[in-house]
Amino acid sequence: MATKTVAFEIKRQSSPDAVAVWESFEVEWRPGMNVVSAMMEIAANPVTAEGRATTPITYDSNCLEEICGSCAMRINGKARMACSALVDNLDQPIRVEPLSKFPLVRDLQVDRSVLFENLKAVKAWVPLDGTYDLGSGPRVFPQEQEANYPLSNCISCTCCMEVCPQFNEETGFVGAATIAQVKLFNNHPTGKVLKEERLRALAGDGGIQECGFAQNCVEVCPKQIPLTNAISDVSRDVILQKAKDFLRG
Amino acid sequence: MASPRIIVVGGGLAGLAAVIKIAEAGGTVDLFSIVPVKRSHSVCAQGGINAAKNLKGEGDTTDKHFDDTIYGGDFLANQTPVKAMCEAAPAIIDLLDRMGVPFNRTPEGLLDFRRFGGTLYNRTAFAGATTGQQLLYALDEQVRRHESEGKVRKFEGWEFLSAVLDSNGVARGITALDLRTMELRSFPADAIILATGGIGAIFGKSTNSVVCTGSAQSAVYQQGVTYANGEFIQVHPTCIPGEDKLRLMSESARGEGGRVWVPRTAGDQRPIKQIPEAERFYFLEEWYPKYGNLVPRDIATRAIHKVVYELKLGLDGQPMVYLDLTHIDRATLNRKLEGILEIYEKFVGDDPRDVPMKIFPGMHYTMGGLWVDFNQMTNIPGIFAAGECEYQYHGANRLGANSLVSCIYGGFKAGPNALSYAKSLSAAEGDGGHSSELTRQAEINAKLLKNKGTENPFKLWRELGEVMTQHATVIRYNSGLKKADDKIVELLERYKNVNLSDKSQWANTSFAFTRQLKNMLELARVVALGALQRDESRGAHYKPDFPDRNDEQFLKTTKASFTADGPHFEYEGVDTQFIQPRPRRYDAAS
Repeated sequence: MATKTVAFEIKRQSSPDAVAVWESFEVEWRPGMNVVSAMMEIAANPVTAEGRATTPITYDSNCLEEICGSCAMRINGKARMACSALVDNLDQPIRVEPLSKFPLVRDLQVDRSVLFENLKAVKAWVPLDGTYDLGSGPRVFPQEQEANYPLSNCISCTCCMEVCPQFNEETGFVGAATIAQVKLFNNHPTGKVLKEERLRALAGDGGIQECGFAQNCVEVCPKQIPLTNAISDVSRDVILQKAKDFLRG
Repeated sequence: MASPRIIVVGGGLAGLAAVIKIAEAGGTVDLFSIVPVKRSHSVCAQGGINAAKNLKGEGDTTDKHFDDTIYGGDFLANQTPVKAMCEAAPAIIDLLDRMGVPFNRTPEGLLDFRRFGGTLYNRTAFAGATTGQQLLYALDEQVRRHESEGKVRKFEGWEFLSAVLDSNGVARGITALDLRTMELRSFPADAIILATGGIGAIFGKSTNSVVCTGSAQSAVYQQGVTYANGEFIQVHPTCIPGEDKLRLMSESARGEGGRVWVPRTAGDQRPIKQIPEAERFYFLEEWYPKYGNLVPRDIATRAIHKVVYELKLGLDGQPMVYLDLTHIDRATLNRKLEGILEIYEKFVGDDPRDVPMKIFPGMHYTMGGLWVDFNQMTNIPGIFAAGECEYQYHGANRLGANSLVSCIYGGFKAGPNALSYAKSLSAAEGDGGHSSELTRQAEINAKLLKNKGTENPFKLWRELGEVMTQHATVIRYNSGLKKADDKIVELLERYKNVNLSDKSQWANTSFAFTRQLKNMLELARVVALGALQRDESRGAHYKPDFPDRNDEQFLKTTKASFTADGPHFEYEGVDTQFIQPRPRRYDAAS
């Protein structure tokens, strides 16, 4: 009996300096299969569709349930998480390539550490006095929790940065994910003590004014984070902060 | 003397908790993690974190939390550390709240709590159904703050290979592999803390993340660290079976009122909504009227097995039962459970607000782990452990929502204890064993790259997963466990003949995996043989041929130590000084 198969074309590049090549694979179809399980299958049987021996594919993955943010890649041209990309919903051959805006490591693996550096630059944390017991936290009403929780769901996948026309070396734009975290921490009853510093960090080159409001970020976000709202709100706060700083001289 | 250097391996909740305490006490930390720490497996925890805050006027106390945990763990846990953890839990919740974790709230603006398995109290604080993610982020942010102040150096994308031990057998650092450049290096430290999580990959498919191989635990076990209670493996009753993994469907679904059932008649072809209540078999509610759907996980898992395999009532003859939320209004579901409902929708395609979910048990958690003393130190001086990789807090079965609290509490203990140990450590003789350990690791690597065998490591791994899942999970027979161990021994032999399809020295993921595989195989023997030796049933360890708990012989911690001929087992008495062991009967009225 002929087994049903799924056709893949995967972009391979053995190192940052190597030439990229496309390889084709035919993988046995299974119900509920996602792009990651196809790559696991290829690792167990690293042979191309033409029958040529190759190497297992290098890619980032961890939780496989779209919560760790590891497996972002371009699948049929769209930046998305490979674990939640079910093959039954994709046109074949399924074309898989690495994110294009980040330094390539190998195959589908890229270096996205810029996001974590950006989070440092905007002090995306609540500055605690210490972790010793200081009693209960501030009261937070359900409406506030419900507004902040979606912002706190950001999985740092960087899809929003990949699809942003302004996110490139020329602008040095921080990207939507970082701006949303600024909103989150500026909203927090204790986190807001650093509000001015965060807004100033977004006021210069590569800051919030680089946003061209293309709105690609909010469309691609796998967690449906209200990124454009966050950008509008923080943008307004940055302008007010600039005005205040100007008047203070 | 210069300030001590501590190495923490693993950036999940336990590792980050340890890092924060050390940085706060003025120490400096090198933090190693395979993945960027924000992507650690703790993100997968869903339902919540336990603490007896008693904010629902139920009269809950930390003593009741302690009793539920010990009873839920079938009296195998040492009671002193569990008692201390339960007493510390309320302050840990307050701290997380101060860090900005967006816990769900009551109308008064206070923390909301829900019920979880193995208790009758609303004791579980939660942030939607992504509590682990929110907790991990809060600790990650605090660590990022310490990192920006120069107190923490992160080595993300480095894999721990071994501890460096001096001629007296004292830990003096680690060796690690840069997963990008494949560079092997050793790093000096005065104490190391392993916080390297679970061992799901030993079972092939589980609810665990890809990095949860147990490789680090196994590496130090093979260097002389004792491994305790390895046979106690939690199989979570409600998972979505998948090709690449088993996706967890949180216990909080039942905590919020979800009901588990099958049609009373096998092969009932009617649409679900046309099956009247009387013809639905809510087997957990019928068999366990007091706890209902919120019996502990081992009990629920065995009940589902019984319904599917003995009563033959699985849905459409398949190993599946319903987990039904459709009687709860959508707004409540979205507010409290959205994260897990989205997972089901995305990966299965049905909306669980409209259609009952189809679920089945899956390997989830190891109660066993590295043996540690009450200060979180292993039997090798200078090697500490915290989180799922150690054995201390859950006995024979972990209660839902106790893992997050045990990770943070364990990390909070391990950090300061490692620091004070390091402060009193005398200087190493010579190079502290660094060059010989580096040589040993380099030889292992070279041999692996040169091997010209015929075995594919990923295929060996699949065979391991199949045999472990079949024989060493829910129902265990000695004949099956023997078969499992024979198979592992065979796989260890075939491993010598392994051939890497990628021999390059740049971001070679199959090289790293193949090293992990050896460690998985060694640790799998501890699980299988530990289970074989324990001729009783206790918590998650269930043998139909020995259906009762046998306190006289087995109210003991299993301690496995590595030898070239396989694990050697010894047994240690359990600290039961606060709560006298009593029969564990969730079906009884009292």
